[in-house]
Amino acid sequence: MAQLIAETILNGVQAGVFLFLIAAGLTLVFGIMNMVNLAHGSLFMMGAYFAAFFFREIPGFSESIGMPVGPALGFLIAIILALPLSLLLGIALEFLTLRTLYQRDHLDQVLATFGFILFFNQFVLVVFGAESQTYQLPESIDFPFPLFGFSYPFYRLIVIVAGLLVALGLYLVISRTRVGMLIRAGASRREMVGALGVNITLLFTIVFGIGAALAGLAGILIGPIESVQSGMGESKLILAFVVIVIGGIGSIRGAFIAALVVGLVEVCGRVFMKDLLGLMLPDEFAQTAGPALSSMIIYILMAGVLFFKPEGLFPARTG
Amino acid sequence: MKWKIWAAAAVATTFAVPSAQAEVKQLTIGFISTLSGGAAIIGKHQVNGFKLGLEHQGWMKDGDKLGGVPTKVMYGDDQFKPDVGRRVVDKWIKSDRVDIVAGNIWSHVLMAMSRPVLRAKRILLSTNAGASPLAGKNCSPYFISTSWQNDQTPEAMGQLMSNEGLKSVYLMAPNYQAGKDMLSGFRRYYKGGKVAGQSLFKVGETDYQADISKVKAAKPQAVFIFAPGGMGIAFMKQWAASGAGKDIKLYTLFTVDWLTLPAIKDAALGTFHTAYWAPDSTNPTNQKFVKDYVAQFGHMPSYFASQAYDAPGLIAAGLKKVGKTLTNADMLPLAKAMRRVEYASVRGPYKYNVNGMPIQNFYKRAVVAGPDGKPTIKTVGTVFTNHKDSYWTKCPKSRRF
Repeated sequence: MAQLIAETILNGVQAGVFLFLIAAGLTLVFGIMNMVNLAHGSLFMMGAYFAAFFFREIPGFSESIGMPVGPALGFLIAIILALPLSLLLGIALEFLTLRTLYQRDHLDQVLATFGFILFFNQFVLVVFGAESQTYQLPESIDFPFPLFGFSYPFYRLIVIVAGLLVALGLYLVISRTRVGMLIRAGASRREMVGALGVNITLLFTIVFGIGAALAGLAGILIGPIESVQSGMGESKLILAFVVIVIGGIGSIRGAFIAALVVGLVEVCGRVFMKDLLGLMLPDEFAQTAGPALSSMIIYILMAGVLFFKPEGLFPARTG
Repeated sequence: MKWKIWAAAAVATTFAVPSAQAEVKQLTIGFISTLSGGAAIIGKHQVNGFKLGLEHQGWMKDGDKLGGVPTKVMYGDDQFKPDVGRRVVDKWIKSDRVDIVAGNIWSHVLMAMSRPVLRAKRILLSTNAGASPLAGKNCSPYFISTSWQNDQTPEAMGQLMSNEGLKSVYLMAPNYQAGKDMLSGFRRYYKGGKVAGQSLFKVGETDYQADISKVKAAKPQAVFIFAPGGMGIAFMKQWAASGAGKDIKLYTLFTVDWLTLPAIKDAALGTFHTAYWAPDSTNPTNQKFVKDYVAQFGHMPSYFASQAYDAPGLIAAGLKKVGKTLTNADMLPLAKAMRRVEYASVRGPYKYNVNGMPIQNFYKRAVVAGPDGKPTIKTVGTVFTNHKDSYWTKCPKSRRF
């Protein structure tokens, strides 16, 4: 039992850290640019597709130029190439289309970015085919890692560490650098930042690009353990919205804490809800109510947070 | 007001025409599947199989003869949505005069489109979903399947795991109707052991780490999972990474197949599943099907493809029998003929039950390393011979055939 609890907490942290990667970009874009970007899930998907594409092409390409690389190095190169591509895609998307939507109301933004979801989902079908794409983990990082009496997939530990490093990096950028200061200022007093002569257009492009790169990174990291396929971003997008609403829109710190809370609550709900209900209620009722309740629990949590703190846990906008 | 009368008269004549026809001038088949979105890969396999089936029956283009009758084929996309599927079929029946609606992947889409088709006395030929209402209380002589009733395959799994003397099994399925049906089908035939636990995860779940931890804590002898499509790909990879497979055997259902195996790769090695079809069967129809399919499409056929491949063969065999006297107004003679004819199926000869569901064998299949080192699917035993579905007794006597 103790082992199950420890493993579940670790699972929750991993799920939370992963959610944070997606939610961080979403909350920045929503909070600073006041832009509802439903296409964020598509950027996540594109990250995974880019990595899968490079992973597939690298062995052939490296041989053709006479420098064959092994699967482990190929995997690393695929990730390294996919990340800037996600960033570029985000910037291109912002530069070409989304830029014109900032002044419009949320409904227009939702419509336009929903259109992008449909576009990207069909785009990958046309370009990459309907088959689920894969890029396999190299064996050197794909093994159960022994940990205090139980084993845990090593790659998931890497995901946790990578997520925490990104969180730390974002924290440093936002609290210690000039760009970070502008981002914070933009989140709380947007007009004032513009009035002080800051190039707000450039700031928005940077923020959007960072958000896209983080979503892409999440996609790149999840690819080896999930199925890379059209429409894979939508379910993550919903969770990411729950996270940023709980955490307070525009707040990185809020997104981090809310992501961990949502991850832990969701995973614990899945594992323990049925048994908890079984202690109080008849077994057959727990069998059906358990899974239903555990899939609702994070939304109940969100409703609860909104009831007591309508602005979320860490509201970024003060005025 | 006069024009209204004319219009009414015109409408009346239009509707009167088909029944006045003496025999079939042209048969129209509408093939519906999911051709867009994340599930489009399934539709692709189905359409590939169906096209190859038509080709092997000598039908290449509209107007060619299928079983001696000039035939036209149309394709439709249900977008994985019941309302869209219903709309496509409505249009086919009302304005395109489709005589046979074939194809289909999903039970809920099948249910939505079954009413307009069966009511219009057209044939509904399912090449995948086998929803229990259509096998039981809502059965119809116009319905026929080249696949299975939903419960049959999990029933075979229940039987298999009892046969192998597995004393404790952990069950996993998505929390929706088909998932629950699979588990109840399993429980109907699993005897002599206990269910160590059960996880109902949400449809479209992508992260199974939480459930895998729970399985490891429950320490069952084996896990039984139903996780079609992308869910299965994710689960299989995560299961392999967790190392749980060392102590716990894995039995899957509609999860590992030639559709998902290219994505799952080695993570599927050492797992078992049950199916009505043995891709490595030496029956000549099957050999020809697999050989030509691989040559034409460059990948191994999945069960979706094999089921769809059988449809043109079945239709052609029925048409050869009754095509001379058939009218477009009522497809009943053809529907009845299709239930009684012998045709060359990839699974070998089989019979139809009174509700249009196949009475067929079910096999145990294993994922093993092939000669090239890549995982391949091997048939390792027969679980059921001539297995009937569990709902046919509920089919009203007046509608049995």
